Amino acid sequence: MDLDELYQEVILDHYKRPRGAGLREPYEGESHQVNPTCGDEITLRVHVKGDRVADVSYENVGCSISKASASVLYELVHDTTVDDALARLAEFTELMNSKGQSDGDEETLEDAVAFAGVSKYPMRVKCALLGWMAFKDALVRAEAETGGSRP
Amino acid sequence: MEAVSKLDVEAIRADFPILQRRIGDKPLAYLDSAATSQKPVQVVDAMRRFTDHSNANISRSVHTLGAEATEAYEGARARVAAFIGAPSADEVVFTKNSTEAINLLAYAFQNAALDPHADPRFRLAPGDEIVVTEMEHHANLIPWQQLALRTGATLKWIGITDHGRLDLEAVPEVITERTKLVSFTHVANLLGTVNPTSQITARAREVGALVGLDASQSVPHIPVNVADLGVDFIAFTGHKMLGPTGIGVLWAKADLLDAMPPFLTGGSMIKTVTMEKTTFAEAPAKFEAGTPPIAEAVGLAAAVDYLDALGMENVRAHEKELAGYMLERLESVDGLTVIGPRVPIGRGATVSFTFADIHPHDVGQILDAEGIAVRVGHHCAKPTCDRFGVNATTRASGYVYNTHEEIDRLVAALAQVRKVFG
Ligand SMILES: Cc1ncc(COP(=O)(O)O)c(C=O)c1O
Repeated sequence: MDLDELYQEVILDHYKRPRGAGLREPYEGESHQVNPTCGDEITLRVHVKGDRVADVSYENVGCSISKASASVLYELVHDTTVDDALARLAEFTELMNSKGQSDGDEETLEDAVAFAGVSKYPMRVKCALLGWMAFKDALVRAEAETGGSRP
Repeated sequence: MEAVSKLDVEAIRADFPILQRRIGDKPLAYLDSAATSQKPVQVVDAMRRFTDHSNANISRSVHTLGAEATEAYEGARARVAAFIGAPSADEVVFTKNSTEAINLLAYAFQNAALDPHADPRFRLAPGDEIVVTEMEHHANLIPWQQLALRTGATLKWIGITDHGRLDLEAVPEVITERTKLVSFTHVANLLGTVNPTSQITARAREVGALVGLDASQSVPHIPVNVADLGVDFIAFTGHKMLGPTGIGVLWAKADLLDAMPPFLTGGSMIKTVTMEKTTFAEAPAKFEAGTPPIAEAVGLAAAVDYLDALGMENVRAHEKELAGYMLERLESVDGLTVIGPRVPIGRGATVSFTFADIHPHDVGQILDAEGIAVRVGHHCAKPTCDRFGVNATTRASGYVYNTHEEIDRLVAALAQVRKVFG
């Protein structure tokens, strides 16, 4: 097994210095997700302003993969359009399901391509996706809250 | 450590082909037997011999194979009964695993609650109490939570001390005249604690409550004799005691099995059937609806033979010694905190720990890269985790085939973990 591939510098860096961590106001949607096999948890909030994701804030307990993934998620989706955020969500999910067959597109996924190696470890894919599941759910809730007014 | 291993571990290891495996370029150090044990060739051979030679359904055919299969299955029952000191083989009910055995018991109570003619010992109603402990595996917690929910009974529990022992001082308070059942774990799967049983059984007797023991982590590791324990039910599971998956055991006193309504119904558990009505077979058949795990029963009997040949007292002594070594070595690691008893007395060779603030997932992953298999997570004992304020732990657990050298490798690999995440 190639540990360096799993625990890339980028991942360890996001783990040790998580970006955008902490829960902030205002927000329209909040989601709490738990990984029942290991007890990892995240609470994640989304603040939507018009067609933009104005902020994503979160609090989590978990392993390096799940924490780094939430940090990378923050960097990718805060202050972008909802459509772009959803596209990153789809791309990242696809990368995680690639079983090591994809390198990911660095143009769009940026630091998140460091997770390509994680996709070879089925036990860890769930860790990497936990924050993204929370983001997806929080976004749905935010849209319900704001009456789904997005065009 | 005064206890000295009486097992020839090198000879034992030769019986377990999987222990020769390499993980990447590292030899496997299997320290996860509390989750599932490995199987010696004797078990696999017995199952293969049965399958190649005598396979048939049981109790249904007059042909030679059918008779051989029935004999093998019932022989396995007798073998298991003798292993746990049960007075009769008919007191041994084969199930799928411990979880099913405990559910079988919980559903006996639930079904009895719906039947006004059922034995009063099994009839629960609001005001009645069920007692468990805070250190249960979910398998011995959730069935009772559900039963309480459905019958209106109240679920109570005995807490855990800071040292990872049962708070026995609370026993007279928690177990009361209202208690109808006390079901508790013999050996805790996260903490490794071996619970003393006499005080709890004595109090339960005093108030007329039935007593069940989750023996999933005790039957594989220490001598268990149901007559000496003085309990009413025990549950255990084949795959943790060198046997195959897919088979477990509920042992219960004969008169209780008689009084218990069946759990699953269908073929093989009946006496007479008309379109309107069915009468049930005697136990154990009453609780074994459908085709049972026949080859697995044969495998379990072979596992019991293997353990008996080692001698359960020797197994206990080996693990006591191993536990002492694990505790001593692990506690020498800076930043490591053992969750559970810290002395090798009244505990098994299952040691849970936290390591600095490095998540157990990450610990487990680095250990795996070194060929070391441990379990990480909440170990299906979330209330125990909560009690100690942790989300998850890393757990190393030893068995008859584990060596000091493997513990040394674990400790060395923890330094590696520190290097990556420290
Ligand atoms: C104490 C205890 N009880 C019950 C079980 C459940 O065993 P099984 O999964 O074989 O039903 C386990 C095993 O994980 C256990 O350790």
